[in-house]
Amino acid sequence: MSGESTYVPKSRLAKWFESRLPIIGLVHSSFVAFPNPRNLNYWWTFGGILSFMLAAQIVTGVVLAMHYTPQSGLAFDSIEHIMRDVNYGWLLRYAHANGASMFFFALYIHMFRGIYYGSYKSPREVLWLLGVIIFLLAIATAFMGYVLPWGQMSFWGATVITSLFTAIPLVGDSITTWLWGGYAVDNATLNRFFSLHYLLPFMIAGVVVLHVWALHVHGSNNPAGIEKKTDKDTLSFHPYFTVKDGFALVCFLVLYTWLVFYVPSYLYDSDNYIVANPLQTPVHIVPEWYYLPFYAILRSIPSKLIGTATMFAAVLIIAFLPWLDTSKVKSAAYRPLYRIFFWLFVACCVLLGYMGSQPPEGGYVLAARFLTVYYFLFFLVILPLLGRYEKTKPLPVSIYDAVLGKHGHAKPADVNP
Amino acid sequence: MRQENASRRGIGLAFVTALALALTASGRPMLAETGQGSNLFEQPKPPRQEWTFNGFFGRYDQAQLQRGFQVYREVCSNCHSLKLVAFRNLADPGGPGFSEAQVKALAAKYQIKDGPNDAGDIFERPGRPSDYFPWNFPNEQAARTALGAVPPDMSLLAKARSYERGFPLFLIDPIIQYQEQGPDYIYAILNGYTNDKDPNWNEYMPGHKIAMPMPLSDGAVDYEDGSPKAVQQYAKDVAAFLMWAAEPKLEERKRLGFGVLIFLSIYALLFFAAKNKIWSRPEAHVDLDTQ
Repeated sequence: MSGESTYVPKSRLAKWFESRLPIIGLVHSSFVAFPNPRNLNYWWTFGGILSFMLAAQIVTGVVLAMHYTPQSGLAFDSIEHIMRDVNYGWLLRYAHANGASMFFFALYIHMFRGIYYGSYKSPREVLWLLGVIIFLLAIATAFMGYVLPWGQMSFWGATVITSLFTAIPLVGDSITTWLWGGYAVDNATLNRFFSLHYLLPFMIAGVVVLHVWALHVHGSNNPAGIEKKTDKDTLSFHPYFTVKDGFALVCFLVLYTWLVFYVPSYLYDSDNYIVANPLQTPVHIVPEWYYLPFYAILRSIPSKLIGTATMFAAVLIIAFLPWLDTSKVKSAAYRPLYRIFFWLFVACCVLLGYMGSQPPEGGYVLAARFLTVYYFLFFLVILPLLGRYEKTKPLPVSIYDAVLGKHGHAKPADVNP
Repeated sequence: MRQENASRRGIGLAFVTALALALTASGRPMLAETGQGSNLFEQPKPPRQEWTFNGFFGRYDQAQLQRGFQVYREVCSNCHSLKLVAFRNLADPGGPGFSEAQVKALAAKYQIKDGPNDAGDIFERPGRPSDYFPWNFPNEQAARTALGAVPPDMSLLAKARSYERGFPLFLIDPIIQYQEQGPDYIYAILNGYTNDKDPNWNEYMPGHKIAMPMPLSDGAVDYEDGSPKAVQQYAKDVAAFLMWAAEPKLEERKRLGFGVLIFLSIYALLFFAAKNKIWSRPEAHVDLDTQ
């Protein structure tokens, strides 16, 4: 990874090892000596937080899998066995279930930060695409994980979402039967979901390595949205950013702790404490909160096929951001109009989430339609046009100047919101 | 600059108007629906009760759990199963606090199906602490035939029942640590039989139709500790017992959580101090070397 290695092995053993596998030098150049823009604010700490959460999910998940039984007649009770009889099983299970929420919480902040500061722009398009792949894998992983407790919402959530594939013309039914491993969501579905739920996090970890690799080619974007030029623009990763990331992580863990130990069922649908019953549909089938905006988009369109296509488009359109956003200026700090549309977009996503949690009746659907229109308008019309017509503020000459507040009319507060 | 501000205001106004339209529209069909008397899922919000196990230092009240268990055993268990709870759990820390001897004696009062033995027979034997609470019915079909519907298993009932808190209360709930929707709901149901003409009408049941007729009556359970022998007291005690049955590790969880929070708070303070120290080094300080 870029940033030249200044690591010099001292002991004879270290010299011997380094000349055969220069991995200590790699780690040193990537996570110790690596020059980071000195103006990174706390919104830049969520990448590290996400790495931690992925590791936490894998560790708790591997232990949970030792006690869980992926069999439709036993799965529900095996979760309760974990909750009641396994030492600290309740902790592992609550940490894992709420860990998924914390992962997505951090992931959405990480993504919004990228959108606000234009982190996806040249030369970081591939970095952004790898991030979108991680997002897609995380969606699939969490969806299949939620099915494993085999409660009512597990079963019916799986039924609703997998049934979307029946909307595909001609081959839809065959594909769905193939996905289910039968003619309905059943034991075969549970088995394969468990298998894939165990596999995908390791694929995420692999893509995370590529993501960090791509990140280290040009280094992090920063609140000023200009590239680092001289040594004055940067500070070494260690100790400056290890300590900053570490502080942010501990604060994040306080929130996580609150959720796990004091309100562990807050984000969990109570219907999922009822064992799956294919003969009884719950009154409202609601997915986990992190899918709600996309669920609202799905339900806002009466046609199943177009609704499904629109929902997938809403996720995939994020991958095209580097080419939809035509502005040469990266950071929203120097884009006064973009900043407004950005915050409207954030509000739009939050409100879509609320609409997704409500019953699909008249007014809520209508509201979701308005919001869906803005969601796509933001990507397909506003971003391409803004780049051409927006009058941006003058950029600072260097990151160092940005920190000093030497730039046009912008106030320092704009650089570090 | 002024033009820019104007266009900014215009965009904001348009968005707010669209939003307002959307939100007012979202309220309308619900009003219309209740106006037509359609109340399929209508459910008044159960009033919040005081629980000893709420909040930071929440603990179960042992005497209450014991009374609640008595209500379960003498009333609820006639129809409802409690299949995830074993007799031994009654002596677990953070539970009703029965002694091992009490649990042994209690278990022995039950007949448990076991087998096959060496002769190949299924037989009945007195219960042991490691056995789980048996159900009064051999299977669901038998229960449905006798009662008209299968009574839900009670092991997780206090977590499997809830009600919509709605906006903005659902945003406050994690802060005030409101996790007792289940017991509140159960308490409300048990006190919700307010229509004398219809024994299957319940104020707090979604849609008001409940298969179970009023299960409790004043004096039905003979408390030995002098607590009032009234439906309200029974309902409260059994709701607390069911919360324990659903969440038996609550006390351990809150106790450990408190330690973790203290640890992380101190850790965060140390990190913050270290961060400030490191970031005040000359090379990190731009103001010091301005030319």
